Amino acid sequence: MTIEFNTETFRGDFTYHNSAEAIARFPFPFPEDKYMYSVNIEPHVSFRPGSVYEHPFDVDEHYVSEVADRALVLNEDPLRSQSLPHMNLAGWDLLELLMTNLSESYPQWFELHQDGDRWHWINRPLGIDDTFTFLDNTTLPYGPMEYIMRQTQGDYALLDQRDDNLWMDAGVITTQADWSLDFDIGMNFMEWHGPVPLAHELGVFERALKFLLNLRQGQPVRRLNWTMTVHPRLDTSPENYAKWGVDRATVTPENAGEYMYLRVELQSLWRLPRSNAIVFPIRCYLISLQDLVTIPKWGRRLHRVLRDLPDELADYKGLTMTRPSVLQYLSQFDDGAQTSAGTFPD
Amino acid sequence: MTKSADRTPKIDVRVTQIVDVTSEIKRFRFEPTDGKPLPVFAGGAHVVVEMEDGDTLRRNPYSLMSSPGATDAYNISVRRDPGGRGGSMFMHDRVTVGSLLRLSHPVNLFPIDRRARKHLLFAGGIGITPTLAMMSELARYGDAFELNYAVRSENDGAYLDQLRNTYGKRVSIYRDDQGEQIPLTTLLAAQPLGTHLYVCGPGGMMNWVLSTAEGLGWPAQNLHSERFLAPPSGSPYEVRLAASDLSIKVGPHQSMLEAIEAAGVDAPYLCRGGACGQCETRVISFDGTLLHNDHYLTDDEHAGGQKVMPCVSRFEGRELVLDR
Amino acid sequence: MLVEGIKSRPIYSPLVARTGTLHLFMADGEGAQAILDLATTASPGFFERAHICYIPRAAAGRGFESALQALNPAAFYVGPTVAAALPRLAVELANAHMGTQIYLAGTEGMIGQAMVVALAAGVDQASIQREHRGSEARRVQCVHCKGITEDVTTQPAKCAHCGLMLLVRDHYSRRIGAFQGVCVDAEMPGTAPDPEEAFR
Ligand code: FES
Repeated sequence: MTIEFNTETFRGDFTYHNSAEAIARFPFPFPEDKYMYSVNIEPHVSFRPGSVYEHPFDVDEHYVSEVADRALVLNEDPLRSQSLPHMNLAGWDLLELLMTNLSESYPQWFELHQDGDRWHWINRPLGIDDTFTFLDNTTLPYGPMEYIMRQTQGDYALLDQRDDNLWMDAGVITTQADWSLDFDIGMNFMEWHGPVPLAHELGVFERALKFLLNLRQGQPVRRLNWTMTVHPRLDTSPENYAKWGVDRATVTPENAGEYMYLRVELQSLWRLPRSNAIVFPIRCYLISLQDLVTIPKWGRRLHRVLRDLPDELADYKGLTMTRPSVLQYLSQFDDGAQTSAGTFPD
Repeated sequence: MTKSADRTPKIDVRVTQIVDVTSEIKRFRFEPTDGKPLPVFAGGAHVVVEMEDGDTLRRNPYSLMSSPGATDAYNISVRRDPGGRGGSMFMHDRVTVGSLLRLSHPVNLFPIDRRARKHLLFAGGIGITPTLAMMSELARYGDAFELNYAVRSENDGAYLDQLRNTYGKRVSIYRDDQGEQIPLTTLLAAQPLGTHLYVCGPGGMMNWVLSTAEGLGWPAQNLHSERFLAPPSGSPYEVRLAASDLSIKVGPHQSMLEAIEAAGVDAPYLCRGGACGQCETRVISFDGTLLHNDHYLTDDEHAGGQKVMPCVSRFEGRELVLDR
Repeated sequence: MLVEGIKSRPIYSPLVARTGTLHLFMADGEGAQAILDLATTASPGFFERAHICYIPRAAAGRGFESALQALNPAAFYVGPTVAAALPRLAVELANAHMGTQIYLAGTEGMIGQAMVVALAAGVDQASIQREHRGSEARRVQCVHCKGITEDVTTQPAKCAHCGLMLLVRDHYSRRIGAFQGVCVDAEMPGTAPDPEEAFR
């Protein structure tokens, strides 16, 4: 598959756009017409060639521009990339995982040559050609985690496992849905999920944690999560909330199709071999509602999901102010017809 | 091919070297049959070795003792244990150079805590094996560590010279027959704040080290002892699938879900780990004991016996009828 | 934004005398009483292996200094402010050995800051005892400018640095030793409610 990388922005003039192929492969997250939290974890195995599930780490037409946006965020606020001292080895684990997988999945773009500890890495889309010594931080321009993250789409958190819990002790978080790495770093699984409503009562986190503590090397898992954003803004961090929160008041039924984006996170979890940590990639996909409704099944279903979403959940996802406009817009595309099971277009 | 019908990825290896380390301990070297690099592992990790012993499939966990960076081969050491369940006797008496075995991917339930200011290791007897991999890793990263190793005698002690030559003063060896004993209380009291302790050896030694440390005020978070993954197997049993009108056999190392799938019956699942709830199945009747291993059902539901999660749970008894 | 039922707030419980080779106490304000309460059940000789560091703050003049001194700890120090006492704690921890027990009692702000120092010394958070006494005033980090505002008693509260009106969430960071403050009227600037007393 050859793709052209888009030239686009995720701020200011917001020139982000999806091609027809990108719309068709969008990871629509709702398998049925309603939504509630569940432990929707499944083995992260390859399926449906061409879909976002084909490769362990999906690279798409937004790659080059997303990486450029990340560089802007890190330049403005270096605290978005942090690693507690004991997580350095996990950073190398992550670098190895990404380099080996990317070069296998996309040999036309990425090459890795290993000669003992001497590694040679080529990233053609970004014009990088570096040689370094594996496990020697002084041979890279950044720490190992930040080095590879500056060449990767999506946020990554590194979770240390100890005392029967998972501790978020490192990460590069520049495309987050309203949570702060700088604040949450060092928290355990229950603590950083603290602000999520309803799910604690449903026992979702307790089950998910027990499952993840047993996560095995070579058997990654994945799940989808979602929210909505005004404009294709990747950096909806609490740090900048005072800047992007105002956008919510500008949404009307007339402009909702253009202004509102469904934001889907393809999250996967991998046990890392050297550090025994878990890496948690959170890969964000954005689609405008006007693009989304070109798939009739998705338009109908999203209308029903949002209409019936409990208020606490809508509030947590920051939808309280925009929901009425979005519903009015989407209702035009819901003729009441039955939808088929599953997430893929008919 | 039904013997190892579970779906977890496996590694096929050939035994390429067997060394007598002491009169009771042998070291085995495994190389992958496909020539591809083995998965990376870290100090403290083990693999489950599968041995086909006639009709029985034995699965024993052994600590990996090679250097964690090496992916061309794994090494394990096995002590002959005539009183055990038979795995070690099989390894000693039946496995030869050229034998083919199958391994699980490495699992690490005894990892190094990388927050430690210093790592204080204790080993007794064959418990030295995970420690060897841990030390080679700690030495490579330049971390502070010391080992206290108790053996019966100079002859019975495995890898004594190798340890003395490689690590010098960082290793202290205590020989039982010479009346040497680890000066545990003094040693523990002298450790700087932020030290983590690791122990692997006979049960009595582990208890002694851990309880002495607790008694001196060491927090539980700083104490680590070796743990193995208990392969989730059990006795074989039969299940009646009422809706499909089929009777199926579940093998000792197969899950109920895997057996249902093997019989060609479509069953829902997602996580295959007892967490998501997708595979929930109604129990129509049973005469025996349901062995619930999931995190999904509540305690009341476990006791109620009307539901089961076939991806992880098992059954012991005469008859189990499922609505599937 | 919701503020109820959030899980990251530390759990505080009464100090108990543990077995150990050295007992390091740090307390401020009414936290002194937590140490005095522990003393009623501690075994004889316990304070011979104890160091107490006390910052009186709002409780100055209530006799806590002399009551603590009367326990005859091996070392006793009264500090003017928490900030002045923290380097002393850091040095004590750097010289300490395994078997040292850490006890913190008093305001949430002091406990949070002392925790940061202890974690940096390689101590696991679960092994540190913490008892909250006295003011419920919060130490709040503004998520926008990262400035810390001490002794916050209202909801919402003004950031002492960037001036934004902050909703003080029950989301607590052990590493920063503070609660999270998020702009309360970002969606419609100028609509922030008037501050009301919420934490005393
Ligand atoms: S498949 Fe998830 S609980 Fe059984």
